[in-house]
Amino acid sequence: MLKIENLHASVEDKSILKGINLEVKPGEVHAIMGPNGSGKSTLSSVIAGKEEYEVTDGTIVFDGEDIDELAAEERAHKGIFLSFQYPVEIPGVSVTNFIKTAINESRKARGLEEMPAKDMLKLIREKADLLEIDRNFLSRSLNEGFSGGEKKRNEIFQMAMLDPKLAILDETDSGLDIDALRIVANGVNKLKSENNAVVVITHYQRLLDYIVPDYVHVLYNGKIVKSGTKELAHELEAKGYDWIKEEVNA
Amino acid sequence: MSLKDKLLSSHLVFEDRSDMGSYVNNLRNDAIKVFKEKGFPSKKEEAWKYTSLNSVLKEDYSVFPKQETALEYKDVKKYFIHDIDSYKIIFIDGKYSSHLSQTTHAGIDVCLMSSALSKPKYRLVIENYFNKAASEDSLSSLNTAFSSEGAFIHIPKNKLVEKPIQIIHFSTGNEAATMLQPRNLVVVDENSHVQIIERHQSLTNNPVLTNSVTEIFTAKRAIVDYYKIQNDNENASLIDNTFIKQKQESLASVHTFSFGGKLIRNNLNFYQNGERIDSTLKGVTIIGNKQHVDHNTLVHHIEPNCESHQDYKGIFNDKSTGVFNGKVVVEKEAQKTNAFQANNNILISDKATINTKPQLEIFADDVKCSHGCTIGQLDESAMFYMQSRGIPKKEAKALLMYAFSNDVLSSVKIPELKQRITKIIASKLGVSLGFDL
Repeated sequence: MLKIENLHASVEDKSILKGINLEVKPGEVHAIMGPNGSGKSTLSSVIAGKEEYEVTDGTIVFDGEDIDELAAEERAHKGIFLSFQYPVEIPGVSVTNFIKTAINESRKARGLEEMPAKDMLKLIREKADLLEIDRNFLSRSLNEGFSGGEKKRNEIFQMAMLDPKLAILDETDSGLDIDALRIVANGVNKLKSENNAVVVITHYQRLLDYIVPDYVHVLYNGKIVKSGTKELAHELEAKGYDWIKEEVNA
Repeated sequence: MSLKDKLLSSHLVFEDRSDMGSYVNNLRNDAIKVFKEKGFPSKKEEAWKYTSLNSVLKEDYSVFPKQETALEYKDVKKYFIHDIDSYKIIFIDGKYSSHLSQTTHAGIDVCLMSSALSKPKYRLVIENYFNKAASEDSLSSLNTAFSSEGAFIHIPKNKLVEKPIQIIHFSTGNEAATMLQPRNLVVVDENSHVQIIERHQSLTNNPVLTNSVTEIFTAKRAIVDYYKIQNDNENASLIDNTFIKQKQESLASVHTFSFGGKLIRNNLNFYQNGERIDSTLKGVTIIGNKQHVDHNTLVHHIEPNCESHQDYKGIFNDKSTGVFNGKVVVEKEAQKTNAFQANNNILISDKATINTKPQLEIFADDVKCSHGCTIGQLDESAMFYMQSRGIPKKEAKALLMYAFSNDVLSSVKIPELKQRITKIIASKLGVSLGFDL
């Protein structure tokens, strides 16, 4: 599904990713861990197509197509979803209107008619229930004045609505209390199928107790320096990142 | 001959045609003297520092309307808010069009200035209100000097006028260049409520200069909601002089939507003569090319316990320029005044300009006055956020701009009007969005 080879990327001439290799197949859950500043968020932004990041070498292939030249919205239309670490507040646009616009723009791009209002409403209700989201919440301005937990839940709600092939969850656990974490993880697990894949980017092992990864990768200094199974995450939780740094620098 | 000289000599002819010796005629004669002395404002004046009229004054305008040109409703329907039942006062090249209008004298007067000026039964209202709010600046004086036609609205007390009133000034372009000087008077007595929508629309690209004066009087507990749609074509310029005198506990709001035209100058003045008055001034400006929109507002707080709310949003593209000059005066007696003013702007192009200047003159010591202005670009992180959810750049941009304008749109009380303005904004931004905010 996703195949990244020798990916180098920089922002404002500062090199951040220095040769990433990663393959994600349908049905898999990958976790990318690593200390602060290792390039985790950059990797997710580059996959999602943020313009400020320049790919200087390597390729990102999604469903057999090189997506490097595609705009962020075109990648979204192909089924890539990024849950933001810091969801942006957009005053004046309600959650409902925003998601309606997003869904219908994706349908338009695929040559489909707009979704009938009735179906849209049904889908919104169904997915809001899945994430235990209060209906009143849906008419509020997008992310404006939301608590950290509400913002993240709203991200996963949008993911549920858009039903992506590849979901990248960037630090979705940050700012969540344990109840919210459980709701969010539960939502992600229910959306999981053998046809889609999830990449969880996290600093801590906590979320991985709920969203159990098939593979764990450690990103350090712009490279994946270690890969393993979920046991690697436990090891990192127990020992921290210093031993990885030492191994790499040795 | 300069436009000033042309107007001065035309006024001699104008005098001959009007009723000599009447109250209004005396005002006209005084007013032309004021205009003669002051002339058109120049950039040397502080209030006109950022707006030059030179480019619009150089045309050879025809200053008297010729015969009425007939227009078919179906050809101009799109300029009406046509999906609501409304009274209509329609002018074509400054002449009243009975064919397109729907006036009334049933309990309320929604009619023409010319008939109000000529009929004895309106004499008292005219003498009590005409030119009693307008200031003696040169442009208002020029309008007074030539005042003969416009909308006349008198709502006696305790009337809730359920149908909005639409005032539309069409210009047909039958003359190479046309100058229009409509004069509107709105008098709303105690406990009455009226909604008015005003629009100026040219039907060709021939230059038009409109110098309009509107006086509005709200008596005790009266409510007036006034909406101005300024979406004219690229050779039409508008100087809108609006004066509102409010009495105690009255509510007046003016929403100004400026989307088109060559040069627009809005002189909007509120005078609060009573306690517990509420004044609202809101505007959305979205312009591009070399368009110029200038909002020059004044709120004069004279008595205690009153409020004013100003909220102007501007989006400027290409080489367009905007001006916001908002003056709030709080007199010594006007304790417990709450005066708010906000002016937020987005510059989409690096060649666009906005000059924004709040002016607060506060002589009372127990007041709450706030003002703030911002100038920014579209939020890049919000753009990426929306794009990552599948919303293309253009639509994402439009959505952000809608959201930006929404504070102003949300207080429009006529749903059909709000929908229309939303559509105009969408077409300005070149998108169609599947919902209304």
